[in-house]
Amino acid sequence: MNELILDIDDLSVIYKTDLETVKAVNGINLKIGKGKTLGLVGETGAGKTTTALSILKLLPENTGKVTSGNVKFEGTNLLEMNEHEIREIRGGQIAMVFQDPMTSLNPVMTVGDQIAEAIIMHNEGLSKGEIEKRIDEKLTMVGILPSRKTEYPHQFSGGMKQRVVIAMALACEPKLLIADEPTTALDVTIQAQVLMMIKELRNRLGTSMLMITHDLGVVAKICDDVAVMYAGEIVEAGTVHDIFLGEDHHPYTEGLFGSIPNLSSRTKRLNSIPGLMPDPTNLPEGCIFAPRCKYCMDICIRVHPNTVFDETHSLKCHLFDGKLRRDKQEGKSEKQ
Amino acid sequence: MDNVMRNSGISFKKQSQTKEIWRRFKKSKGAVIGLVMLVIILMILLFADFIAPYTAATKQNLANKLQGPSLAHLFGTDSYGRDVFARIVHGGRTSILIAILSTISSCIIGSALGAIAGYFGGKIDSIIMRSLDIFMSVPDILFTMAVVFALGANFVNLLVALTLAYFTNYVRLVRSQVLNLAELDYVEAARAGGASSARIIASHILPNAMGVIIVNTTLNVSKIILYESTLSFLGLGMPPPAPEWGLMLSEAREFMRTSPHLLFFPAMAIVLTACSVNLIGDGLRDALDPHLKS
Ligand SMILES: Nc1ncnc2c1ncn2[C@@H]1O[C@H](COP(=O)(O)OP(=O)(O)OP(=O)(O)O)[C@@H](O)[C@H]1O
Ligand code: SF4
Ligand SMILES: [Mg+2]
Repeated sequence: MNELILDIDDLSVIYKTDLETVKAVNGINLKIGKGKTLGLVGETGAGKTTTALSILKLLPENTGKVTSGNVKFEGTNLLEMNEHEIREIRGGQIAMVFQDPMTSLNPVMTVGDQIAEAIIMHNEGLSKGEIEKRIDEKLTMVGILPSRKTEYPHQFSGGMKQRVVIAMALACEPKLLIADEPTTALDVTIQAQVLMMIKELRNRLGTSMLMITHDLGVVAKICDDVAVMYAGEIVEAGTVHDIFLGEDHHPYTEGLFGSIPNLSSRTKRLNSIPGLMPDPTNLPEGCIFAPRCKYCMDICIRVHPNTVFDETHSLKCHLFDGKLRRDKQEGKSEKQ
Repeated sequence: MDNVMRNSGISFKKQSQTKEIWRRFKKSKGAVIGLVMLVIILMILLFADFIAPYTAATKQNLANKLQGPSLAHLFGTDSYGRDVFARIVHGGRTSILIAILSTISSCIIGSALGAIAGYFGGKIDSIIMRSLDIFMSVPDILFTMAVVFALGANFVNLLVALTLAYFTNYVRLVRSQVLNLAELDYVEAARAGGASSARIIASHILPNAMGVIIVNTTLNVSKIILYESTLSFLGLGMPPPAPEWGLMLSEAREFMRTSPHLLFFPAMAIVLTACSVNLIGDGLRDALDPHLKS
């Protein structure tokens, strides 16, 4: 493997309220190589956004809490940083794009002023002229006329707003871009345009990416690696090749793709699988997918499966215990 | 549609935010009328000494008492024979100054506390809100009376008393606004972009809460002018013989039947001032909302 930009190790996150404790993320491992794009897929409530927020220490202060693990960015643990240090990382080194462009922009500030803020935050002492020049540059980069910088967000269409949001995220040329379902809220045709633009900018700027999505088409189009998340765990991970063309799959992944995973059925969205995700306040003792799994065995209900590896591919399912080459046990954090 | 927007974008290109707000403010007739009225009122108060001598407002002349409006006394005279016009012109100074200053101070203190409570939540929020409960468990009027009794009735103490009575409104108002706004994606996005809490409050939360704060503030100015008259009525306002609108109203009560002009003129002064401030507030609120930009 080449150098890693992000290395998440054994991360667990809970949301604790007076009434209950939600186990949103449970001992996940994720690695993103320099210049690579990792797709994080999974149905709603799987813990994708929670994972993204914990990377930047943006979990809601009063409820969200990391209970174990490290998040290493270029070798330094982000979770140990203080507020001041992490603020330098946010927007400067790692930027984030949220799902809904309609609400991601401040309605009472002009688009230009908002981009200016993003620039100034990490480049103090730029002259006014230089800032204006950079705003124009960023807007041109995302395909918006610089003359529109004096307008307010409500004067822009959804697709253009998302372009502005992306311009802001890339304003300081971050090394890693976290995109949390950046196109879900857009029309299908606009989705494709914005996605191609993201891909093109990523290639040009050499940005690494964590792409959170529901859409397998998006994964096929722009990701190098894929991680499948279910009820706070990574149940399968590998290269796009492993996931789309490989033989062995986690039953959940199989369900997502329909029976035959196929690179040519690109635009296909996640298939729905009968049943519901387990209650995150009360996860099953054995395999978390057991209640919905058509291959469920005795051991599945009693024993939590360990992750097994095959070069780039990893699976967390008893069906593959001892079956994959280079089998190796992960041990940590797994409860029996 | 898109083209029209693009053109409008180009033509206003070089306007700064303040200019833009002023441009939208001017579009509203009510706001401009309010502004003109307020400027006239303030000019009259500022140049009161040139319009009517202060002595006419304070010097008693019992032979001349309770006269109706005439050329010599435009607004008539009161029960001590003092010129009502002069008293209004001079009395407005204290009334309006106190109203404006105490509104500003309660707005600043209350908004800051409300923003902090709403934004940080948790313990800080509990501490601020529980202390507020203590303030609010005592009726405003009792509270103000207690302060003025304890410290004595003068300009500064009145200011302190009114600020303490009114800042709690702002804490609750701004806190609830901030609670709603802090949930929004653009605040989360700003935080993800590396913005500090101070920057988020100053450039994303307060500007969006501004409309509500301004409307509340303008309503407050008129409320405080009336409240001052209550205090004067209870003998806790500015000490006589200083002319003051509230004091004039309460003095007029006794002679309401026989000399209604004593009630009418100070009441008009209060109403006109309150009206102009409210008109300006409405205009400002609309001007601050870019959605209403035409
Ligand atoms: N602030 C919060 N307080 C309590 N529970 C929360 C909070 N935010 C998320 N959760 C819970 O944590 C779990 C994971 O949520 P998360 O938002 O990470 O899911 P997601 O994979 O991003 O879903 P989606 O695809 O719908 O965005 C869910 O069960 C959710 O109900
Ligand atoms: S461990 Fe068992 S229940 Fe879980 S996915 Fe594999 S086969 Fe299904
Ligand atoms: Mg999400």
